[in-house]
Amino acid sequence: MKSKTADRIATGVFIAIAIIIISILVGLFSFILVNGLKHVSFDFLTTPSSNVRAGGGIRDQLFNSFYVLFITMLIAIPLGLGGAIYMAEYAKPGKVTDIIRSCIEVLASLPSIVIGMFGLLMFVNLTGWGYSIVGGALALTIINLPSIVRVGEDAIRSVPRDLKEASLALGITKWHTIKTVILPTAFPSILTGVILAAGRVFGEAAALLFTAGLSTPRLDYTNWNPFSDQSPLNIFRPAETLAVHIWSVNTQGLIPDVEEISSGSAAVLVISVLLFNLLARWIGSIIHKKITATK
Amino acid sequence: MVTTYLEKETIEQPIQSTVQLQMENILKVNNLEIFYGEKRAVNGISMDIGKNSVTALIGPSGCGKSTFLRSINRMNDLIPGARAQGEIIYEDLNILSEQINVVALRKEIGMVFQKPNPFPKSIYENITHALKFAGIKNKSKLDQMVEESLQKAALWDEVKDRLHKSALSLSGGQQQRLCIARTIAMKPAVMLLDEPSSALDPISNAKVEDLIVDLKKDYSIIIVTHNMQQASRISDKTAFFLNGDLIEYDATEKIFTNPSVKKTEEYISGRFG
Amino acid sequence: MEKIIPAKERLLKSEKKWMDGELRGKILVTICAVIMISATISITIFLGTKGLQSFIKNGVSLIEFLTSTQWNPTNKANPEYGAFPFIFGSFAVTFLSAIVAAPLGIGGAIFMTEIAPSWGRKILQPVIELLVGIPSVVYGFIGLTVLVPFIREHVGGLGFSLLSGVIVLSIMILPTITTIATDAMSSLPKNLREGSYALGATRWQTIRKVLIPAALPSLLTAVVLGMARAFGEALAVQMVIGNVRDLPSNLLDASATLTTIITLNMGHTTYGSVENNTLWSMGLILLVMSFVFILLIRYLSSRRKM
Repeated sequence: MKSKTADRIATGVFIAIAIIIISILVGLFSFILVNGLKHVSFDFLTTPSSNVRAGGGIRDQLFNSFYVLFITMLIAIPLGLGGAIYMAEYAKPGKVTDIIRSCIEVLASLPSIVIGMFGLLMFVNLTGWGYSIVGGALALTIINLPSIVRVGEDAIRSVPRDLKEASLALGITKWHTIKTVILPTAFPSILTGVILAAGRVFGEAAALLFTAGLSTPRLDYTNWNPFSDQSPLNIFRPAETLAVHIWSVNTQGLIPDVEEISSGSAAVLVISVLLFNLLARWIGSIIHKKITATK
Repeated sequence: MVTTYLEKETIEQPIQSTVQLQMENILKVNNLEIFYGEKRAVNGISMDIGKNSVTALIGPSGCGKSTFLRSINRMNDLIPGARAQGEIIYEDLNILSEQINVVALRKEIGMVFQKPNPFPKSIYENITHALKFAGIKNKSKLDQMVEESLQKAALWDEVKDRLHKSALSLSGGQQQRLCIARTIAMKPAVMLLDEPSSALDPISNAKVEDLIVDLKKDYSIIIVTHNMQQASRISDKTAFFLNGDLIEYDATEKIFTNPSVKKTEEYISGRFG
Repeated sequence: MEKIIPAKERLLKSEKKWMDGELRGKILVTICAVIMISATISITIFLGTKGLQSFIKNGVSLIEFLTSTQWNPTNKANPEYGAFPFIFGSFAVTFLSAIVAAPLGIGGAIFMTEIAPSWGRKILQPVIELLVGIPSVVYGFIGLTVLVPFIREHVGGLGFSLLSGVIVLSIMILPTITTIATDAMSSLPKNLREGSYALGATRWQTIRKVLIPAALPSLLTAVVLGMARAFGEALAVQMVIGNVRDLPSNLLDASATLTTIITLNMGHTTYGSVENNTLWSMGLILLVMSFVFILLIRYLSSRRKM
């Protein structure tokens, strides 16, 4: 029965493939966590990094990662939501809408290093800011815009039409309806999507190499004045993030404990991304329960 | 909406009612045609809607009655490709005109939909949502208007202790009465009801019907319904639509006991539709 | 209802009222849409002009750039700008990693939709999502510390090689291919399978002769998307591929790609110098290839509709 044996072999192959994929993941994760977590301690997270000697930590890089993420979202979320509202509620089918969609498609397919180069051109050289947090944030915004627009558009479109009609029928304008009925209803899905995007931003490095830079100035964490050079809150200062740090210690670094620092940083990075994903999932299921429970 | 004149125009009214009712009219429809793209859904109908009365629109599915209803508060504007020709005169203005502020119009001509669609907010907020937009900010005034409209909608006693609970926790019938309450709160002149109780159980249905009969002393109501018994129970005048045409429009009693047009008679007796 | 304001005033559009709120909101969101268009256009224009500088301003020959294998920009007497080794490297890792990842990805998709439709997805889907979540630098780091020494000891060469780059990239693009292939397979109409089984075909025969051909355009799209991702990947590849300027002669030779050369050299070339400009030209090649991939995917999508 040739075809039957072929079928069995094929099934075996497919199962093998599934096993391969799973083992790749398990292997990667165990390597990262087993090797990395042993180097992660409170000290590790709070000591500033060292350029030449062993024993450095990742304090500044960790802070920078979160801060750059924060500034990026500050810019990207309003911009992306605005675009999403336009596409879902105001865009008329036609040439202009097609052009916008193509632009989003292009932005989504550009390699992050290319966007980093653009960032270098515009936000570092042209503006004269040099390496800066805001430059990096703008580059990251460009990378993230397509997914935020897509998440927003899907969320808005899935708000039931009769809610919109109910509001309009009461003599309320379209914009006010969007602000007070549609967006609040779409909020949970938008939130989930944004948190997932945040996880991706957190691990991004290529775009930041040429925009936020490879160094961090001496920071005084008690200085909360965002205009001061030494304040960590200053967005015009260079900022090496955790992901960039992993790259730089491995390619340009002189420190003897490269592997330890990198493993520890990798573990922190991966766990953070994991936490973002879990947070998004958790919020999604809470919302889901809330919606289905009240019906 | 394609039309250029604002003032009403006297047009020959085809004689449709054999019994002249002494009633003031709140809406006058003149030769209304509604198109979806190239397809004509409503074919040149003319009728007067009486003030402080209940007018029922009946007919089989797809006959154009909902389309007609939605044109009265310009909800058809939301559908790309929909356009209307002719006139609907309200307060001496043709409300199909481009110059009408549709948002303001909808404050005076309200609508309740087939499927209850309360906002996912509290019962209280459902009613104040539109009031706040209209500019009413004073808390005690809002409280008073909420109570008033819930009373009118015969819902107050059931919800007065849980005004700040989610509207979605109400039963279907209660939700629909809430939708009626929030429309009433805007103090409209006309209320358009699009099969308001077709999604409800018989008991809720009965409550809504009682409510409608009660409301007509303050509002002018047009109701689209599939349920002929409902039409005969609560309406004063009934209009029978078929394939986009207005076949017959007369006092309810006459339509249901002695219709003038054969097709009406066939529909009433269930021979089709 | 008694209204003190006459109907004309209530119901007609007035200039002033329309201005607040409604118009302001519309303008706001339209501005966002305009920003997106201008970002795309400015990226294209800026990178385009900057990328052409080396040819227009510095006189680097386009033909030499694209075909010569001699890369020697710092040679004062006779600087050479043959970027072919890097172009070759980019295409090589892209195609090779697609060849490795495509069977795995499509196989994984088929596992989820055909072999174990009830529980396969529940297990593999989170696995794929977790793989996506690993940042590229971490892949590069693991490649550097695990893969490179392994290849050096057990297979040959320096460890830093085309092979390492291919393996790292294959794993990185696997989730992309798998996710899209899974969507493709699961959106096949049910009666396709049922018809085949009704004729007495085995599952493998159904998959091979009916399902895969039917889903082929979408599966190809999945692979092309994976390739686009591979072509543009910079840091992970850079950490394992060796970054030499010679053309590799076999898989175990070290190599370089457009992205890795840009990553390495952008930092220590002077802005405005010829060498720096050639890096921007490489960036332009990346930009152009992105457009090519988009067009390719659009072509495949249109074939699907036939």
